[in-house]
Amino acid sequence: MIHKFQQNGVNVVLDVESGAVHTVDEIVYDIVDSYLESTQQEIEKMFPQYSPSQIQEALEEITALKEGGMLFTEGEYESIMPMMQNRNPVVKALCLHVAHDCNLKCTYCFAEEGEYHGKRALMSLEVGKAALDFIVKNSGSRRNLEVDFFGGEPLMNFDVVKELVYYGRSIEKEHNKKFRFTITTNGVLLDEDKLAFINEHMHNLVLSLDGRKEIHDMMRPRAGGQGSYDVVVPKFQRAAESRNQTDYYLRGTFTRNNLDFYEDVIHIADLGFKQISVEPVVATADMPYALREEDLPRIFAEYEKLAKELYERRKTDKDFNFFHFNIDLSGGPCVMKRLAGCGSGTEYLAVTPEGDLYPCHQFVGLEEFKMGTVTEGITNHKKREEFSSCNVYAKEDCKKCWAKFYCSGGCAANAYQLEGNIFTPYKIGCELQKKRVECAIMIRAKEFLEAQ
Amino acid sequence: MKHVKTLNTVMLKKTAATGGCGECQTSCQSACKTSCTVANQSCENR
Repeated sequence: MIHKFQQNGVNVVLDVESGAVHTVDEIVYDIVDSYLESTQQEIEKMFPQYSPSQIQEALEEITALKEGGMLFTEGEYESIMPMMQNRNPVVKALCLHVAHDCNLKCTYCFAEEGEYHGKRALMSLEVGKAALDFIVKNSGSRRNLEVDFFGGEPLMNFDVVKELVYYGRSIEKEHNKKFRFTITTNGVLLDEDKLAFINEHMHNLVLSLDGRKEIHDMMRPRAGGQGSYDVVVPKFQRAAESRNQTDYYLRGTFTRNNLDFYEDVIHIADLGFKQISVEPVVATADMPYALREEDLPRIFAEYEKLAKELYERRKTDKDFNFFHFNIDLSGGPCVMKRLAGCGSGTEYLAVTPEGDLYPCHQFVGLEEFKMGTVTEGITNHKKREEFSSCNVYAKEDCKKCWAKFYCSGGCAANAYQLEGNIFTPYKIGCELQKKRVECAIMIRAKEFLEAQ
Repeated sequence: MKHVKTLNTVMLKKTAATGGCGECQTSCQSACKTSCTVANQSCENR
C-alpha cells in the first residue's frame, strides 16, 4: 500500500508496509498510482503533458524502489500478531489516581471534575504501595516501569506522592527495576518545594494550559468561576525553566470554542515554552464544545498553518517541539509496538484511590471495565484478553489505513466512548491523526530537501 | 535518483525479526492523556 500527499510545496509518497518515505517530483507524484495497474502506453495516454522518455525514466525509478523493498511492499505482519498476544502478559505502566478530587472545574474533563463517576477520594499510602508492589510483581523481566501520578489533581495528595516515590526507590534495586515517575498537574498548588521534589524525582512533568487567557479561563475555571490562567502561567514558566526546557510537556486541549487553536499553540510558544502538546477534545456530540465532522477542513487548515510556522521557527531560537509533529522516520519503535497499540488493559492499567484496576484512566468508573484490584491482581481475565486482542489487524478500519503504523490503531477509550466498542476507531480522531502525521512528515521532508 | 529522494532507510520488516522486547514506553503516557501515537516514540534498544 502507498499513500501520497502534497503539502507546503513538497510531494510525498509513503510506502506503508516498509515505512519508507520518499519526496518525489511532479511526474512521479502523478503516475505512481497507475504503476501497478497500467502499462507504459496507457500511462503515456493518461499524462500527455509528459514525454514518453520522461515517463519511462520515472517508471524505471519506481521499479527500482519496488525491487529494493521501498515501494509497493507487501505486508507480512498479520501473522506475527498471535505470537504477540500469546506472550506472558506483563504490566509495565500504571496511572495512579492519587486524587479523585480537583480544585478546577474544567468543562471538558472526562474525570467529571475529578470524581470519575464516583465520590471524591484520595489514595492512601497503603493502596499506593500495594500498587507499586503489584507492578513490580507483574512486570516480568521488564526493567523500566512507568508510574504517572494523575487525578483529579495529584498535588492535592502530594504527601502520598512523595512517600510513594521514596517507597518505589527503596524497592527497585532488589527487583532490578527502574521506576520512571511522571506527574500531571493543573498547577494551582505548585510551589517551590513541590517543584524541587518533582525536579529531583520525576522523569516527566505534564502541565495543563489551553493557550490564550480567554480560552484557558473559559474551559478551565476555578470552583468560584474565576479563571486559573493568571495563577498557573508564572508557575509553569518557572517549572519549565527549572527543568532546562526539557522533560516536561505543556499540554492543552482545543475544542469547538477555539478552532483557531493555531493561535493558542503560538501563544504558548511565545510564553517561552519549548515542549508543547495541544490536542483535540474528545467529547460526545451532545456537548457544545465537541468537534464535529464539518469542522475538519478548518482544523486541517490550522494544523497545516502550524506545521508551516513550526518549520520556519525550527531555523530560529523561537523553535519549539509540538508533540504530535514529532516523528522519527529513521528509527522509532519496532513493528510489533506499532501494531500492538497503547497497551491499555494489558501493559498499562489505571488504579483508583480505592485500589481498583481499570484498562486506562479513561475507563475508570465504568464498572463493566473493572479488571481487578492491586491486592488481588487481575481477576477479569476476559477483559484483559479482549484488550490484548485489540491490535491494528483486529480493526477493519485500520487494516486498510495508510497511517496504521504511525498511530497503532487509536485510543480504545475514545472508540468505546464514541463508537460503542473498542474495535471501531473514533472517526474524527482518525482524520485528525492522519493530518498530523502528514504535517510531521512534511516538516521532515522540507528539512531533508534543504540539507541536500 | 533524479525524480525521487528517499528520506529514510528504516525497514519495518527488519524490526519484525529483532523487535518486540517491550521495554519501550507506553504510548499514551508521555505527553498526553487523551490520544496515542507511536510514531514519535524511541526504541529503548537503539
